[in-house]
Amino acid sequence: MRRRAPLVALLLTTLLTACSDGAEEGGTVTLVTHDSFAVSKPVLRAFERETGIHVKVLKSGDAGEVLNQVILTKGAPLGDVVFGVDNTFLSRALAEQVFVPYRAKGLDRVPAALRLDPRHRATPIDWGDVCVNYDVAWYSERGLEPPTNLVDLLDPRYRGQLVVENPATSSPGLAFFLATIASEGSDGWESYWSRLRANDVLVVDGWEQAYNTEFSASAGDGPRPLVVSYATSPAAEVMFAEPPVDVAPTGNVEATCFRQVEHAGILADAKHPVEARRFLDFLLSERFQADVPASMFVYPAREGTPLPEEFVRYAAPPTTSLTLPPTAIAAKRDEWIERWTELTLR
Amino acid sequence: MTVTDRLGRVALIGLPVAFLAAFFLWPVVSILWRGLAPDGNVDLFAIGAVAGDASLRSVAWFTFWQAAVSTLVTLALGLPGAYVLSRYRFHGRALLRALVTVPFVMPTVVVGAAFGALGVTRSITAILLAHAFFNYAVVTRTVGSLWAQLDDREQQAARVLGAGRARVFWSVTLPALRPAIGAAAAIVFLFCFTSFGVILILGGPGSSTIETEIYRQTAQQLDLQTAAVLSLLQLVAVLAVIGVSNRARRRQSAAASLRGGGEHTLPVRGRRRLVLAANLAVMGTLLGLPLAELVRRSLRGGLDGYRALTATTSGFLEPPIDAVWTSLRFALTATLLAVAIGGAAAVALTRTRRRHTRRWLDALVMLPLGISAVTVGFGFLITFDSPPLELRTSPAIIPIAHALVAIPFVVRLTVPVLDAIDPRQREAAAVLGASPRRVWQEIDLPIATRALVVAAGFAAAISLGEFGATLFIVRPDTTTLPVLIYRLLGRPGEAMFTQAMAASTILMILTAVTVLAIERLRAPESAVF
Repeated sequence: MRRRAPLVALLLTTLLTACSDGAEEGGTVTLVTHDSFAVSKPVLRAFERETGIHVKVLKSGDAGEVLNQVILTKGAPLGDVVFGVDNTFLSRALAEQVFVPYRAKGLDRVPAALRLDPRHRATPIDWGDVCVNYDVAWYSERGLEPPTNLVDLLDPRYRGQLVVENPATSSPGLAFFLATIASEGSDGWESYWSRLRANDVLVVDGWEQAYNTEFSASAGDGPRPLVVSYATSPAAEVMFAEPPVDVAPTGNVEATCFRQVEHAGILADAKHPVEARRFLDFLLSERFQADVPASMFVYPAREGTPLPEEFVRYAAPPTTSLTLPPTAIAAKRDEWIERWTELTLR
Repeated sequence: MTVTDRLGRVALIGLPVAFLAAFFLWPVVSILWRGLAPDGNVDLFAIGAVAGDASLRSVAWFTFWQAAVSTLVTLALGLPGAYVLSRYRFHGRALLRALVTVPFVMPTVVVGAAFGALGVTRSITAILLAHAFFNYAVVTRTVGSLWAQLDDREQQAARVLGAGRARVFWSVTLPALRPAIGAAAAIVFLFCFTSFGVILILGGPGSSTIETEIYRQTAQQLDLQTAAVLSLLQLVAVLAVIGVSNRARRRQSAAASLRGGGEHTLPVRGRRRLVLAANLAVMGTLLGLPLAELVRRSLRGGLDGYRALTATTSGFLEPPIDAVWTSLRFALTATLLAVAIGGAAAVALTRTRRRHTRRWLDALVMLPLGISAVTVGFGFLITFDSPPLELRTSPAIIPIAHALVAIPFVVRLTVPVLDAIDPRQREAAAVLGASPRRVWQEIDLPIATRALVVAAGFAAAISLGEFGATLFIVRPDTTTLPVLIYRLLGRPGEAMFTQAMAASTILMILTAVTVLAIERLRAPESAVF
C-alpha cells in the first residue's frame, strides 16, 4: 500500500492542477466562432504571451448555425466571445440579447459606416463584399464583354452562364439575394428572379459546389463563367495559383457587390468577462487586423491597416456596394427566402 | 449460474444502455422536448399544423421512395460483390476488401465534385448512384461477414441430392443469409432515408428530404418546433424499418449454421472467372472511377498539393497534415468505444431469452442511425452544459459522437454471426462438462472475435470519415481530415482545391491502411472442432 502513496499524490496533484486551470493569473478566454475563422499562429501566440490569457477556440458550422447555437445556449453560454455575426444576422443577435455592451479599444479607428450598433454590443471586426466573379479567359477567348451589372445578367447574351448559391443554405447566396432586393426593391425582386430563372440561372446549395464544380475558372473546369463569390476571390486566385501567375484569372462585376460586415461580441453571462474585453481589444488591434486579409480573405475594419500586396493589386475593395439595413433584413428575411424558394426552386 | 455470471450478464446490457441513454437519448429527448413544449406545455394545435402541411407529405414521400430504390440498387450491386469478396480466393482479395470500404468514408462534397467531373450531376440517378457508391461496403461487409463463415456442407448436400445451382442458392444459401441481408438492407435504407449531403449536392437545392428539412429548421431557422415534429416523424419511420428488419431476422430458422475454424473459400476457375470479372467491373466503375478522379486532380501540380499540406499556411494554426494524427487518435478511441459497447450489446442481444429486452435493446442501438446529426449536436449543447458533464466543449465529445454512429454497425455485423452458431455445438460442449463460461470461451468467442474485428475495421473507417456530426457539434479547434477537406474546399484558389484533393487522397489511403491493419489482427484461425 505504501508504495502506492506517491502515485496517489501525483494523481491528486494532477487533479488539483486540472481544477485550478483557468484560475491562474491571466486566465482563459473561450472564443465561439464559425469554421471560416482563421488567425495566423504567431499573432494569436503573441496575444497569449503578452496578456497571459489562454485562448480556447470553439468552432462549428457556418455563421448562421453558430448564432443559433449561441441563442439556444443563452443562460449557460458556450464561451466568452462570439466572432462572426454579420449584418444579415445582426438584428437577430441583438434582439435575442446575447451580447453585453463593450466599447473596444480601437473602435474610434473604425469608419462610421461599419459601426452598425450604436450601443456597442456588437463590434465590427472585418468586412467583405459578395460579388459576381467572371472568368476573364472565357470572355476574352470568345471576344465577349463580361456583364457589368445585375440587369445585364438578364440579357440573353449571358444566358446559362451564371451559377448562384441557395440563400436558404449559403451565406454568399443570401448576400447576392439581398443585393438583388437592394437593387430592384422589395416589389421588383420577384420579377427580377423570374427573369433570371428564364435566363437559365443555376442554383446550387453551397459556395464550394458553385465555385469548385460549376465555375469555369479556378479549379472548377465547369461550364459556367459567372459565379457568386467574394470580392477577394480574384486575389486568392493569384496568391494560390498553380503555377504562379501575375494576372488575376477572374474579375469582379462591381455593381453586383453586397457588403457584409462581420462582428464580434461579449456573451451575456460570460464566465471570463475581463479576459473577454481584452480579447475584443485584440480583435481590433493593429496586429490582428493586419492578419485578417490573408487569413480570412476579408478587409480589416480598422482604418489605415496595411493590405497585402496581392490585395492592393488584385482585390481593390469595390468603391460602392449594395446594402440593406440590418433591421429590414431581420424583419423580412424568412418571408423573402420562402417566396424565393417557391419562385426559383419549385 | 454463478453470481459473477449473472453480474456479467447485467453488465452486458447495462453498458450499452447506460452509454446510449447518456449520450444519445438524453440530449435527443431534451432538444425534442424543448421544441414540442417550449414553455412546458405541449401545443398540440401548432404540432398538428406542422404535421398536416401538404408540402411535408411530398417531402416524406420523396424521402421514402428514394431510400427504397437506393437500397434495392445497392443490394443488387453489392450482394454479388459480397459473394466474390467472401467466398473466392484470389490475389489481392484482402486489399480489395479494404479498398471497397474507402468510398464509405469520403466526404460528400468531395464525391459530389468527382461525380460532377464525370458528368453525373443533379438528378435522381445521381442520388441513386451516389447512395450505391457510399453504401456498397455496408452490403459487402455485413453480408460477407456471415457468408464467409457459412457452412457449405448443406449446399453440397443439396447438390448431391440433385438440386440445381439456382435452386441451391434460393432454397439453401439465401435463407441462411437472410438475417445478414436484412441487416444490410436496414442499415442502407436508414442511411439513404437520413441522407443529407448527397441530397443537397447531387439532388440540387430543389430536392429535400425529412433530414435536410430538419437541418434547415434546426441549424438555419432555429424553428425547434417544426424540427421536433419532423424528427418524430422520422423516428416513427425508423422504428418501423427496424421492426421489419427484426421480423425478417426472427423468421429465419436455424438454417444458417456456421462452421468454426475459419473461412471456406473457392479457387477461381472456369465460370467463376467470369463472375469475378463482372464484379470487378462493377467495383471499378461505380467505386473506382470517382476515386481515381480525385487522385488525378490531387496530382495536378505534381506533388505540390501534398507538399503544401505540411507547411503552416496563413489562416491555419497547425500544418494541415496534423489532421491525420487527430483523425487517427479519434478513430482509435471511437473504435475501442464502439467495439466494447457494440460488442456487449451484440452478445446481450443473442444471449437474452426475454423477447422484450431483445426487441428494445435492438431498437435502441439502431436509433442513432435514424436521428439527425444536427438534432444530436444541438441536444448536446443544452444537456452537457454544467459540471461534471460539461462535455459540450470537450474534445471527448467527438469520439463519443463517432462511436454513436459506429455502434449500430458493430451490432449489426456481429449479431447475425452469433445468432448462427449452431446451438448443438454449445450443448455438446455442455454435455461434455464445460461450464457456461468455458462454452462461451470455446464456442462463441472465436467466432465473435472474427466478426468483431471486421466490425472494428468498419468502426475505424466510420470515425475517419465522419463529418456531419463532427461539424454540428461545437468542438475545440481540432481539425479532423474531413473537416480539413471541407475547410480547404471553402477557400478560393486553385491550389486550395488541389490541396483538398490531396487531403482526400490521404484520407482514402489512411482508411484502406487502417482497415487492412485491423483485419490483420484477426485472431489466428483457431480450430473449434
